[in-house]
Amino acid sequence: MDKTHSRRQVAAIKHSLFDQGYLDEQFIQLEELQDDANPNFVEEIVTLYYRDSSRLISNLDHALERNPLDFNKLDTIMHQFKGSSSSIGAKKVKAECTLFREYCRTRNGEGCRRSFQQMKKEYATLRKKLETYFQLARQAGPQETAFPPK
Amino acid sequence: MAIVGDFFRHNLTEFLHDSPSAAPELHVLAVDDSHVDRKVIERLLKISSCKVTVVESGTRALQYLGLDGETSSLGFNSVNVNLIMTDYSMPGMTGYELLKKIKESSVFREIPVVIMSSENVLTRIDSCLEEGAEEFLLKPVKLSDVRRLKDFIMKGKAKEDEKRSLKRMRSIDCSPPPSATCSTISLPCDPSPSLLSPLSSKKARL
Repeated sequence: MDKTHSRRQVAAIKHSLFDQGYLDEQFIQLEELQDDANPNFVEEIVTLYYRDSSRLISNLDHALERNPLDFNKLDTIMHQFKGSSSSIGAKKVKAECTLFREYCRTRNGEGCRRSFQQMKKEYATLRKKLETYFQLARQAGPQETAFPPK
Repeated sequence: MAIVGDFFRHNLTEFLHDSPSAAPELHVLAVDDSHVDRKVIERLLKISSCKVTVVESGTRALQYLGLDGETSSLGFNSVNVNLIMTDYSMPGMTGYELLKKIKESSVFREIPVVIMSSENVLTRIDSCLEEGAEEFLLKPVKLSDVRRLKDFIMKGKAKEDEKRSLKRMRSIDCSPPPSATCSTISLPCDPSPSLLSPLSSKKARL
């Protein structure tokens, strides 16, 4: 495997993730916490995020089936999801969470459902892109970060 | 109460003077219900050369400190915690409630408590600072926040320890004033983007 080519691919994926607004500065903050002793820290955190997210999405699914909707409960669950999304730098997902919470505040059930669907899409897209990114990054081996450390 | 306070101060002195050349380790107790955030804060603290204990709730934190009433408190800071960082929004006991319990404790009230929150709510910030929180950090917490916090705590402790040593040398009675319910370390304000209000500069209790 041509390492240079792999590394360029990895850098390109990462650039696009930032350019297209999927990730924000927080992701870079996490990368700066990686070192030789903890080379997979970001991937470990993101894996934890997937686990938490699955649980929270499932909770939201159930909560949205109830009639009438418990907006306080929906908001509480989404607050947690927004928090962990923010912690890994998941910019688009976080934005959808904010929108959802706004619909909760205005007690707009239809808005909540729409926003939830959109959020799940963003989450699925991000997850797919990150999985590709980490897979390639592992194959390419240790490399300089695409953005110079601050 | 004075005896307990003395014991705590004594532990601090030992803590600071044990290894004069090497930087002493700060032991931080971090409290957060989010698994992701627990892992991140743990890493941030370890990278900053702190000893870290992470728990998932206020209840667990009180258990760890021996303040839950179930285990009999040893009457002093046996776990040697120097800083407590807690999330604000947690199910069960909020960070604010945990802060209050810590400030009510004669053993632990002097330990700085930092509140972390993803929500920038002024009334929330105010009530936490009123209750004696050292600082209010906006999440996601950055490495620069932790480093600044660590420096701040270390400087404050060194100053307090110096003052106390001097007072002891001069044999001045330093029993704590009866009205003090919370004390924070007095330090110059450090402007920073993540600080939402100036660090409270209430005088250190001596």
